[in-house]
Amino acid sequence: MIGGLHDVQAPAGAQAQAIVGLWHWLLPICTFVFVAVMIALGMALWRAPRAGTDTAPDVALLSKREPRVTRVVIAAVAVSTLLLLVLLAVSVMTDRALAQLPLENALHIELTGYQWWWEARYDDPDPSRMFTTANELHVPVGRPVIVTLVGADVIHSFWVPSLAGKKDLIPGRDTTVSFRADRAGVYRGQCAEFCGYQHAKMALYVIADPPDDYARWAERQRAPAAEPSTDEARRGRDLFLARSCAMCHAINGTTAQARHAPDLTHVASRMTIAAGALENTPSNRTAWILDPQQIKPGTKMPSENIAPQDLAALSAYLASLQ
Amino acid sequence: MSAGSGSLSGLGSAASPQVLRERARVIVGRGETMLDGAGWGSQAERALHEAWRDEPGLLGFLKTTDHKRIGRRFVVTSFAFFVAAGILAAVMRMQLALPDNHVVGPDLYNQIFTMHGTTMMFIFAVPIMQGMAVYLVPLLVGTRNTAFPRMTACAYWLFLFGALSLWTGFAINAGADAGWFAYVPLAGPQYGVGKREDIWNNLINLSEAMGLMVAVDLATVILKMRAPGMSLRRMPIFVWASLVTSMMIIFAMPSVMLAANLAQFDRTFGTHFFNPAEGGDVLIWQHLFWFFGHPEVYFIFLPGLAFVSSIIPTFARRPMFGHDAVVLSLIATGFLSFGLWVHHMFATNLPEVGKGFFTAMSLLIAIPTAVQIFCWIATLWTGRIDLRTPLLFVLGFFVILVLGGLTGIMVGSVPFDLQVHDSYFVVAHLHYVLLGGAVFPLFGAFFYWFPKFTGRMLDERLGRWQFWLFFVGFNVAFFPMHLLGLAGMPRRIYTYGAETGWGTLNLIATIGAGVIALSVLLFIVNVVRSGFNGARAGDNPWHASSLEWATHSPPPAFNFVVLPVVASREPLWTREADEPTHVSGLSAQTREGLVTTVLDALPDVRYSYPEPSIWPFIAAITVVGWLFWSNMTETGMFYGLIPPAIAFVAWYWPTRKETVEQLLLERKP
Repeated sequence: MIGGLHDVQAPAGAQAQAIVGLWHWLLPICTFVFVAVMIALGMALWRAPRAGTDTAPDVALLSKREPRVTRVVIAAVAVSTLLLLVLLAVSVMTDRALAQLPLENALHIELTGYQWWWEARYDDPDPSRMFTTANELHVPVGRPVIVTLVGADVIHSFWVPSLAGKKDLIPGRDTTVSFRADRAGVYRGQCAEFCGYQHAKMALYVIADPPDDYARWAERQRAPAAEPSTDEARRGRDLFLARSCAMCHAINGTTAQARHAPDLTHVASRMTIAAGALENTPSNRTAWILDPQQIKPGTKMPSENIAPQDLAALSAYLASLQ
Repeated sequence: MSAGSGSLSGLGSAASPQVLRERARVIVGRGETMLDGAGWGSQAERALHEAWRDEPGLLGFLKTTDHKRIGRRFVVTSFAFFVAAGILAAVMRMQLALPDNHVVGPDLYNQIFTMHGTTMMFIFAVPIMQGMAVYLVPLLVGTRNTAFPRMTACAYWLFLFGALSLWTGFAINAGADAGWFAYVPLAGPQYGVGKREDIWNNLINLSEAMGLMVAVDLATVILKMRAPGMSLRRMPIFVWASLVTSMMIIFAMPSVMLAANLAQFDRTFGTHFFNPAEGGDVLIWQHLFWFFGHPEVYFIFLPGLAFVSSIIPTFARRPMFGHDAVVLSLIATGFLSFGLWVHHMFATNLPEVGKGFFTAMSLLIAIPTAVQIFCWIATLWTGRIDLRTPLLFVLGFFVILVLGGLTGIMVGSVPFDLQVHDSYFVVAHLHYVLLGGAVFPLFGAFFYWFPKFTGRMLDERLGRWQFWLFFVGFNVAFFPMHLLGLAGMPRRIYTYGAETGWGTLNLIATIGAGVIALSVLLFIVNVVRSGFNGARAGDNPWHASSLEWATHSPPPAFNFVVLPVVASREPLWTREADEPTHVSGLSAQTREGLVTTVLDALPDVRYSYPEPSIWPFIAAITVVGWLFWSNMTETGMFYGLIPPAIAFVAWYWPTRKETVEQLLLERKP
């Protein structure tokens, strides 16, 4: 079952934790103000005498000062101003805390937003150790991550509520966002800037693994796709390379090297396909290949006319891409 | 100027009546030239009726320059679009009621939420507030029409055609689909294919032209045509709010018009203002849009505050506590609202230190609103309360606006906004602020001024039902959205999976939306029923203090049979026997008004209003034609300008009748 935590109030990382700290100031102070104003309003209604429409207006007040009421109003404005200053100070301090996340030994990922999927390139000083995956990030618990955000077509926005606040992916304006996951788990994120047809189906899962698990995962991702072990899977690979699949997708270790769609080198190891639209099961994969426009109308993946036995072969090949 | 028996008479040294009459007979051929100042039932009143009458039939309908007819049209038209956009909201709520729902698909959903936002902001909220002001301001300042009535007439037609073209586009599957904010590149030539965004850009041009024209007109009336004696210190708060709003519109709207035209140049001519690949910058759009977009929130909100400030003193039976503080707060809000726009862009890569400034500004703007809220509570506290439906809506406004304002303080903080920006938390916040701050007071205002508009009272019992349904439905619909936002639900998604856990709260919100729909339906029933059968209102059913209540309900075409003179802030509550009550000496046979000085409203010069004309209507058609022609072909951008040029020349072409009349009425000092 797909899922994952996505709750501003359930932080699992330093950045989200700092923002929840701010929320714990904002919520009580604002609640206090709301309740105080409502009590004042309620008391005003309760104590003021009732009148009819033709009650003579109290025009004497036009030329009269009302010092007692004036003092109360001034005091209320002063208290409001003071509370706003408190909130401003807490907000600025939270901003500082967010900017001061220690970034030694950080993991670097370049995340590119496309309509409607994410491409993640794990950077490494040694270029041969870089690798690319899609729609799913694995990060080590306790180690800071610096994500470079690139908008490829329109504006998208990176948002994984349990880990960090948003940052937009703006074409022509690359930027970065840093976070650190402090607890292992699956954290769900989703594009937060309206980006067209399938803005709704552009999820990004972040899986925080203990460092050893992460290292094993990364090592596996670096490897090229395994040679298929069955005849059917081999036929599936040949079909993949001969048909239009290879015009958009890449599978390392084969001649498919296009970068217009998610890298499928280790597609079977992911939780979901189609940017979170479907759980990654064999039957979902075949359904997706047959008619992606039914599942995610408007997606750039075309519907293909594939014979059933070819579909089975393709499916077997994809299942081998662990 | 001399104060005669109860009147200020004689503007300039008049020629002797005999000479005037003679000249009138010769030149105009209307018999006697008559001066106003004689009160209801006089011969002057009949002359005024004759001078201000619109010709009957369709032609009169199209030519009218009566600010009340135009204001009413604005209100009725934009309310119709409010209902239409509300129906779209109901469709969205039905789609989102359940996970993986299939009421509408992504393409239609994206059009629907774009149409909902665009309609509510550009076709409902701004025009209805301006329409209320067009109707009320000339009455509140005691004059006979707006300063440039033909321009206001033209503004209405531009607005109507713009709105209709947007909705026609939607009906033929060419509805704008890039959001009411139309961020590039999604709305640009590469990703916003088809004519959808062209139509949206046209609407922006037309509705902002409307806004600017009305704003210039209102600001002029307010500054130059107030009743003698209505110095700035005595100006009603509603008029102050209209002035501040008009000034804000004049400074804010050019920004979004510029942006829409740059975007349209990108689309039509292949310029690269917003194309990063060719040295353009997509963030420029956001700056230009929000430099307008944030003040826009406040020029929807300030009229709402002004309705509240009009209703509370009447139903608390006392003058406003802290009148000056409230006025200064409105002005302060107007200025501060221009320093907030970046808080819509906290998630972009603008410099962090700069964002801190906008947090401070976003918190600061809460103070003038707090001042007003405390002054209203103080007014109620020290008043004697008549709890009628208008006041009920104001009380609902308190609850909802204060809550929305407080969540506004939350989202004004950069770090917190990074979490809830573009989430349902913001959807909740903006509806609390805009419905709480504008629509609740607007319904209060409808109940308050309906007697003036129609001469009949709205039904109180239906009004109470409507209020409670609206209040409860609103909170059921929108409060859960705060929680959805905190639970990670982004805005503008057409569906969500069951695994997200957002289903229950969405279902509750949808139920609330249904209750809101019911309450709006009750209001429409109430308006139709009371419009035909409501109790007769009389001139001043609430015993209120401002000048609109000094004339008949509904007011005659010329508003006041005598132009009032004002000696206090609450003119109808403080009539002293020995003060002059009205001006006399304006022509009753032509459309004449009085221009007064800006600060003290001393009589300055007489002013001849233009006659009704068909040309504002024709000019509006030609402008709309030009815009659509220019969307189709580049050459249309140039040749399409010829018809508007002709129409505008014809508009200003003087008529012999006007020239003769003005010569006749001219006085040498």
